[in-house]
Amino acid sequence: MFKIAKYIILDIIRSKVLIAYTLLLATICTVIFLSDSDVIKGLVSITTIVMIIVPLVSIIYATTYYFNAAEFTELLVSQPIKRRDILLGEYLGISSSILGAFVLGVCLPVALFALSATGITLMVAGGLVTLSFTSLAFWASTKTRDKSKGIGLALMIWFYAAIIYDALVLLFLFTFSDYPLEKAMIVLTALNPVDLARIMILLKLDISALMGYTGALYRQFFGSGTGIAFSVSMLFIWSVLPVLLALKIFSKKDL
Amino acid sequence: MKRISLICLFAVAVTVASHARTLVVAVDTALPDLKAAVAEAADGDTIKVKKGYYYSYNTLITKRLTIIGDGYPVLDANYKEEVVTILTNGVTFSGFVLKNSKTGSMRDYAGIRLHKVHNVTISNNRLINNFFGIYLSDCDHVSVIGNTTSGTGTELTAGNGIHAWQCHDVIIMNNYSTRHRDGIYFEFVKKSRIISNTSERNFRYGLHFMFSDDDLYQKNTFRNNGSGVAVMYSKRIRMFDNLFIENWGSSIYGLLLKDITRSQIVGNRFVRNTTGIYMEGCNLMTANNNTFINNGWAMRILANCENGTFERNNFESNSFDVTTNGLLNLNKFDQNYWDKYEGYDLNKDGTGDVPYRPVSLYAQIMEQIPQSVMLMRSFMVNLLDKVERAIPSLTPESVKDINPKMKPWTR
Repeated sequence: MFKIAKYIILDIIRSKVLIAYTLLLATICTVIFLSDSDVIKGLVSITTIVMIIVPLVSIIYATTYYFNAAEFTELLVSQPIKRRDILLGEYLGISSSILGAFVLGVCLPVALFALSATGITLMVAGGLVTLSFTSLAFWASTKTRDKSKGIGLALMIWFYAAIIYDALVLLFLFTFSDYPLEKAMIVLTALNPVDLARIMILLKLDISALMGYTGALYRQFFGSGTGIAFSVSMLFIWSVLPVLLALKIFSKKDL
Repeated sequence: MKRISLICLFAVAVTVASHARTLVVAVDTALPDLKAAVAEAADGDTIKVKKGYYYSYNTLITKRLTIIGDGYPVLDANYKEEVVTILTNGVTFSGFVLKNSKTGSMRDYAGIRLHKVHNVTISNNRLINNFFGIYLSDCDHVSVIGNTTSGTGTELTAGNGIHAWQCHDVIIMNNYSTRHRDGIYFEFVKKSRIISNTSERNFRYGLHFMFSDDDLYQKNTFRNNGSGVAVMYSKRIRMFDNLFIENWGSSIYGLLLKDITRSQIVGNRFVRNTTGIYMEGCNLMTANNNTFINNGWAMRILANCENGTFERNNFESNSFDVTTNGLLNLNKFDQNYWDKYEGYDLNKDGTGDVPYRPVSLYAQIMEQIPQSVMLMRSFMVNLLDKVERAIPSLTPESVKDINPKMKPWTR
C-alpha cells in the first residue's frame, strides 16, 4: 500500500501539474498579504479562494489521475495484491500530494504572514477540504466507467458543493422562514464539506456576530468548542466515507 | 459694614479652626469605633481611624467631619445593616474598606449612603461585597474619586456599584466597579461628569442613564458587561473618548441608546462587541470620529431614528457595518472610512468617487431570516452583495455615504 503511494507521489511530482497548482496558490496568498496591510482582511480573501479553488483542483486532479493511471491499476490488479491495498495506496498517494501542494501553497504563506488562531483554523479547514474532495473524487471515479463521465460527475459535485448548495439553502430558508430552522440549518451544513470548512473559519472570524443569536441551539453550537468539534469530525467523515464507498465498489468492479 | 462682616467671618473661621481637633479611633481604646468618635466630635474635627477590624452597623455621620482611614481599616456591617450613612454637608470620607452590607428587596442597603448633602468627597475607599456600593440620593456637588467597588457577584442580590438618584453636579472619577448589577447608575442626575472610570463584568450595564440630562462621560472603559453603556430617555449626553470592549452575547451591546435626543458620541472606540452601538428612537444624534473594530454589528440603527449625523468614523473588520430594520433616509453618513468599500479614487483626493452603501443586501436578508447567519461569507452571499453593488436598484434606496474615505482616519 505504502509502496504504491510512494510510486504515485513520485509520478505526480514528475508531471509538474501539481507544482503549477502549488505556485498558483502561493502566488495568490502572497499577493493578497502583500497588497493589504490588514491581515484579517487578507485571511478573509484567502478563505473565499480556498473555498472555491481548492475543492475544484482536488476533485478534478484526483479524478483525472485515477483515470490516467487506469492501466497501472490494471497491472497491479493482475499481481497478488489486495484490491483494497491498491485503491488505498492510490488514495494515499494522490491525497498526500495534493495536501502537500496545499501546505506549501497556502499554509506556508499564512504561517509567515498571519500566524494566528484564525490562520491555523484556515489551514486545518483547507487541509480537510482537500482530503474530502479527493475522497469524493475516488467515489466519482469508481462509480463511473469512462473518463469523461467521471470528470463530469466530479465537476458536478464541485459545482453543487461550492456554489449551488448555498443558493438552495437560502431558497430553503426563504420558503420555510416561518418554521424554527435552527436544527435543520446545522444538519444542512453538515451535508456539505465546503460549508463545514467555512463555518470553522467563521467561528474564528465572526464570533462577535455569531454570538448575537438568541436561539439556544445556535448559542451552544457557536459558543465553546462544540461548533469546531462538530465541523472537524464531520469533515473527517467526509474524507473517509466516500473512499470506503469507493473501496466497496472497486472490490467488486469489473475492470 | 461689608468689611466688618468679613472680619467677623474670618474671626469665626479662625475660632473654628483653632478648635478643630483630631480624634483617633483604635481598637481597645477610649474610642473603640467610628460611632463613638462621631458622638464625641464636633463640626470641623478630623477623625483618624487606625488600621484594624471594626463593626459598623449603619454609622451615621451627622457632623461636618473629615474621616480618614489609616492603612485601610475595615468597617464590616456583617450583613445586618448599611455600613456608613452621611447626612451632613462638607464631609470627607476616605481610605476605608467597607464590607458586607445587608441585601434585600425592600430597601437599597449600601456601603456608603449619602442623603441630601452637598460638598461631600468620598475618595479612595474599597467596597467589598455590598448590596449597593456608593449610593447618592438627592445630593449635589459631590465627588466620588478613586474608589473600587466589588459587588456580591450573584445576580439576584446585586445592586449598583455607584448609584445616583436625583442629583446634580456630581463628579465620578477614577473609580472601578465590578460584580454589581450596574457599574454606575444615574437616574434623574443632571449636569454631572463621569471620567476615567472602569466598569467590568457587571450583570447588567457598565453605565446606565435613566432620565438624566446634560451629563458627560469621558475616557471610561467598559469591558465585558451585560451591556457596556445604556443611555435611556435622556437628553444632551456627551460621550467622549470611551472604550467599549468585549461586551458579548445575544442582545448585548457596547452602547445601547434608547429614546435620547441631541447627544454626542465622539472619539470612542468599540472593539469586539456583538453590537457596537444600538440606537432606538434617537433624534439629532451626532456620532463622529469613532472607531469600530472587530464587532459583529458596528452599528444597528432602527428606522425610528431621525436626523442623525455619522461622520469621520472608521469601520474596520466588522462582520456588518450598519444594519437597520427599515430605511435610514433621515440620517446622514459622510466621510467615513469603510474597509469593505471597493470603489476607486481617480482624482486622488482621498475620497472615493462612488458612494458606499453600508447596509448590504445580505444584512437585509439576515434581518428577515436570522438563521441565514450560517451562510455568512459563502460564495452565494458574496455574489448577492456583488450583484447588489452592480445593480443597486435591486434593493430599496437606503442610506449611503457620498464621500467614503479611501484610507482610515488616523487618531
